Amino acid sequence: MLTESEPHYRQPLLKTPFHERARELSQLDSFVPWAGYSTVDVFTSVEQEYFAIRNASSLYDLTPMVKYRISGADALRFLNRLVTRDIRRLGPGRVAYAVWCDDAGHLIDDGTVFCIAPNEYRLCTAERQLDWLRVSAIGFDVEIREVTEEVAALAVQGPTSAKLLKAVGLAGVERLKPFGHGEFTMPRAAGAGAGAIPMMVSRTGFTGDLGYELWMQPADAESVWDALMEVGRTRAVRPVGSRALNMVRIEAGFVLPNVDFVSAAHALYLGTERSPLELGLAWLVDFNKGHFTGRRALLAEQARGPRRRLVGLDIEGTKPAHNALLYTARSGKKEAGSVTSATWSPTCKRNLALAMVEAPYIATGSTVWAEIYLNRELVWERRMVRARVVERPFYAPQRRHATPPADF
Amino acid sequence: MNAAAHTQYDSIVIGGGHNGLVCATYLARGGHRVLVLEAADRLGGAAVTREFAPGFRVSACAHLLHLMPPPLMRELGLEAQGLKLAAAGLPTVALSEDAHHLSFGPGNLAALAERCAADAAALAEWQSLLKRFARALHPVLTGTPPRLGTVAWRDACALLGLGWRIRRLGRRDMRELLRIGGMCVHDLLEERFSLALLKGAVALDAVLGSNLGPRSPGTVLSLLYRVAASQGADSLTLPQGGLGALSEALARAARAAGAEVRTGSPVERILVSDDHVAGVVLCGGEEIAARTVISSADPKSTFLGLLGSEHLDAGFVRRVTQVRSRGLTAKLHLALDRLPQFRGLAEESLRGRLLVAPSADYVERAYNHAKYNEYSRAPMLEITIPTLADPGLAPAGRHVMSVIVQYAPYTLAAGWATQRTPFADLVIDTLGAYAPQLRDSIRAIELLAPPDIEREFRITGGHWHHAELALDQFLMVRPVPGAAQYQTPVPGLFLCGAGCHPGGGVMGLPGRNAARQVIREAA
Repeated sequence: MLTESEPHYRQPLLKTPFHERARELSQLDSFVPWAGYSTVDVFTSVEQEYFAIRNASSLYDLTPMVKYRISGADALRFLNRLVTRDIRRLGPGRVAYAVWCDDAGHLIDDGTVFCIAPNEYRLCTAERQLDWLRVSAIGFDVEIREVTEEVAALAVQGPTSAKLLKAVGLAGVERLKPFGHGEFTMPRAAGAGAGAIPMMVSRTGFTGDLGYELWMQPADAESVWDALMEVGRTRAVRPVGSRALNMVRIEAGFVLPNVDFVSAAHALYLGTERSPLELGLAWLVDFNKGHFTGRRALLAEQARGPRRRLVGLDIEGTKPAHNALLYTARSGKKEAGSVTSATWSPTCKRNLALAMVEAPYIATGSTVWAEIYLNRELVWERRMVRARVVERPFYAPQRRHATPPADF
Repeated sequence: MNAAAHTQYDSIVIGGGHNGLVCATYLARGGHRVLVLEAADRLGGAAVTREFAPGFRVSACAHLLHLMPPPLMRELGLEAQGLKLAAAGLPTVALSEDAHHLSFGPGNLAALAERCAADAAALAEWQSLLKRFARALHPVLTGTPPRLGTVAWRDACALLGLGWRIRRLGRRDMRELLRIGGMCVHDLLEERFSLALLKGAVALDAVLGSNLGPRSPGTVLSLLYRVAASQGADSLTLPQGGLGALSEALARAARAAGAEVRTGSPVERILVSDDHVAGVVLCGGEEIAARTVISSADPKSTFLGLLGSEHLDAGFVRRVTQVRSRGLTAKLHLALDRLPQFRGLAEESLRGRLLVAPSADYVERAYNHAKYNEYSRAPMLEITIPTLADPGLAPAGRHVMSVIVQYAPYTLAAGWATQRTPFADLVIDTLGAYAPQLRDSIRAIELLAPPDIEREFRITGGHWHHAELALDQFLMVRPVPGAAQYQTPVPGLFLCGAGCHPGGGVMGLPGRNAARQVIREAA
């Protein structure tokens, strides 16, 4: 947090309320900037952290997620005109993943909309959106306030996460359904003050697995972290960094702004912007809910048919196809698109990628060729390997839906 | 169009100002069942004649007719509808404090030649150059502006046509057009003329009704545009009975064509259903269905007020809010017991328009105040005494003086609530320097500051042209990209007001072009 004694230019990155705890556990001392905050890239090793997410439980500090409180008589109308999906039926206690576009139907960002109460919402976004939100608010009776610094957020994700939360005293979290949220209290550790710790818990996440996100006051952040780590000591709970998270989000098939698409707010070159239809997010676009920004452009795009689409690729071999160009044939003469995200999936035992592929090759089962560069003991090699277009998500365990979750 | 078969009207025109009436006439002639809804109790919008003191009537906003192209007036059959001109080809008198005034009129540069032969020659040359430009630019400046970045045959033709017409001007004229097109009028005046009075008069024409001073870029464009739009005629005329008589003739033409016209019917909201216009709701709650609505209201009122941003994309709404529409023009009406005496001016000369703009710098200084939300300490004035040509506007022997005053910003820092009287006094004092006994003959005063114009004529910001006429709000970007061809992003909703190309002034072309666009779309 900024202080008067430390002007911003001396402290270019903010510290989250979990920073001190994270620093103690960060063996590699590897921090990266995220939305103006310093956050952990890797604590110990990416693989260990990955397996904590998939096989036990993980803690991930998502405080830098930009949060807006949106309230007022027109809050619902405002949000419904902002995002492409119909949120009119989103009641209190529910969360919706949503994207929003500019007039041309090009994606600006994605995020989650929490309905707190009628006409009171929280919008969580990857990047700051105040300008666009204010532009979108012209003509609506709505108050928009950024609350990023007022809320500390911690993701607890993994198959044992429900059990872990119950073990720290968050009674009833197992009743939360996917995309549900509620108010909970957590008892304080002995001698750590009176009263329970209030927090909002949502059954949301970026892992495609069973998991929760805890939203609390920054002052309680360390107590919550300590309690979870203490209970998790015998349960293989680990704090994880953004690189492990990136592996699981690719397995889950989630797109990342400015990785899988450039935000229309930042795009400088014509033709680099992407629409939700191109990103395979047509399920988030509801043409029947009334007008929303970009609707007319998206309708025209839909009528025109796709030029390209983000697809899942299953690639031969084990070498991740980072940044690979895709070709129509092994000869590599004609390009068919490019990989935007790639990882070896230890759980699926498959070489996975998300790729923006030209229209003729977007159908499931199509084949394209990936040009992969390999560094074998400092000797670079080029491989052309077969890549098959497959359905997303690559990994979708039953447990992410089960309510109540399994009691490990 | 199935739904329309069950409704009474094919199209509804919001606003019974001159553009709305022109639009309705062309639509009705095109076979539309048209309803015009005017909020006020009389038609005409800002082209009205109304009483401002017992027995005294005046053209309440615009007070001269000079921009409506004669071919349009003929097409509308306004003469047959009873429009008479009380005076035409009015001369301009540039007033000088030393009573050494300068009078010049169309085809009459004798007085100027006497004062300065070089300026008379330069003015003749300038006017003839303007006429050549006007002939070349007229089709594009008055038609539907072409879209950029499309492959439509129509747009390509219009752009090619413009290029060809500019090229056909010949090398010398084309170079001159491209050179001066973006210039400020002050530089042009310095190049061409020497008499300060003449420069002041031309500067006034370049900035009248605008948020511009003579040193603002694009002021040559506004001169070109003024001449081109009126097809080079640029003859100052006074309709018999004031500008309201024009509106009455327009209304008769609309009704004769089959349009229905209702006054006292303010529209509260434009109805949209399934992303298509469905009609309007009146302030009383009455719903009137139509598949096409054409609004002559200004762009901000139309989009933000009548339609609502929920039917529009956010970026478009931002562009609408950014339309520059801060009015800076006030209107002063004086009811006079007798004809005022201007020092050094014969009664005959009072029939023309009198200008208080003794130099371009005077105008620029007047504008300086407006930049900082103050009114001009020495304002620029365009004065007419319509009762000389049209005595019926006042009781026998009495007179009306109608004065356009610049600059009087809408956003006056001191607030208009307390500043109307001091400002009216200031204007009368300014007049008093030329007509010393004026104050004694004043029987009644009415000052319309931009907020009054906003209220009375329902124009956001009280801007005479609905949206500033400048390069950034011109042709295919007027009023905003995405609504520049009279069409709007909402299917079935069109614009036909002064906020559209070719813009403001009592011109009527936006109304005609919009009607043509509506008919083209329906075909």
